[in-house]
Amino acid sequence: MSPLQELTLKLADASYEGRRFNCLPIPGSQPVLQIEVSGQEEFPIYITLTDTQMLCIAYLFHEDEVIAGRHAELNERCLQLNVPIPLSAWAKIEHQYALFGALSTHSLFDNVLREIVALSDNAIAALEAVEDLLK
Amino acid sequence: MNILKQLMTAIRGGAREIGESVIDANAMVIYEQEIEDARHHLNTARESLTEVMASEMQSRRTVKSLEEKIHEREVYVVEALKKDNEALALHIAEKIAAFEEELKQQQSAQRKLHAQVNLIKSQVRKAERSIADHERELLMVKTTDSVQKATLAVSENIAANHSNLNTARQSLDRIRRKQQMTDDQLTAGGQLSAAEDDRSLQAQLAAAGISTKNSNSASVLARLKKSL
Repeated sequence: MSPLQELTLKLADASYEGRRFNCLPIPGSQPVLQIEVSGQEEFPIYITLTDTQMLCIAYLFHEDEVIAGRHAELNERCLQLNVPIPLSAWAKIEHQYALFGALSTHSLFDNVLREIVALSDNAIAALEAVEDLLK
Repeated sequence: MNILKQLMTAIRGGAREIGESVIDANAMVIYEQEIEDARHHLNTARESLTEVMASEMQSRRTVKSLEEKIHEREVYVVEALKKDNEALALHIAEKIAAFEEELKQQQSAQRKLHAQVNLIKSQVRKAERSIADHERELLMVKTTDSVQKATLAVSENIAANHSNLNTARQSLDRIRRKQQMTDDQLTAGGQLSAAEDDRSLQAQLAAAGISTKNSNSASVLARLKKSL
């Protein structure tokens, strides 16, 4: 069983701080696991594994969703918010703004749960912090 | 060029199709091969280091033994001279001269070996650093590649299921509405349980024969009669 499949099975039965997890594996050359955290299904967390890291990513918005002419202001705000956001960091992947957290592939399951929930909460908090710059 | 700079140049290139990898597979194979080569050099260097260190130790032992032999024979020369045996003293002195010549050669060899050990040690350190650098670079490249492929898989999946076509703002509003609904349900639940508590208290008071009403028909009638 691959590590992502193992994680899927564990998450199906897990609960953390009252949250449940709905998993959907996305096959491909780089397998990804989509996780919906209960109550916050709108911003799923995507987990993918590299040789050494478990990357947890929340895709927030496309750059086209930013109000015209305010991209620089948004980027500045993202940088300023980067340190205060606990455990997660801003990122831009292709044209998507995202929030992500990186864990060791040897992380304890409890830490993975904590990361997923923190990232999901952070995603919403981060969006609220830049909402005025979005269309 | 610094690997991060290379990655940024590739990302900003813009000529790529969506989802096309920033780093082609060949580049990664080359990186991996470079690491493999560096490891091979490192192993060779380590092997020769042990050989050279062994030779140096051997050479040091020879130097020591020659020094001891010379010292020992010097004592003999003095003894022979004390006994006026000039011929024997000369014979031993000749041996000493031969040993000294050998000692000079061994000392020079030992110095050379020592320098070689230092050189190989610095080469090993350099190779180790180079492997660590290459591994870090490869990790950056691989991570970038993985994230891009993952993003492609995610966007294809979203497109295939027509799910999540909302903008971030719409999704945020939906979450807020849901949270508001949950809050309202909690408030309503609280009010309901408070009302139930109140009703149960009234029932208990009635059962105990205590009326919680301030007025009843009898008291109203009595009050009105008084006013007549």
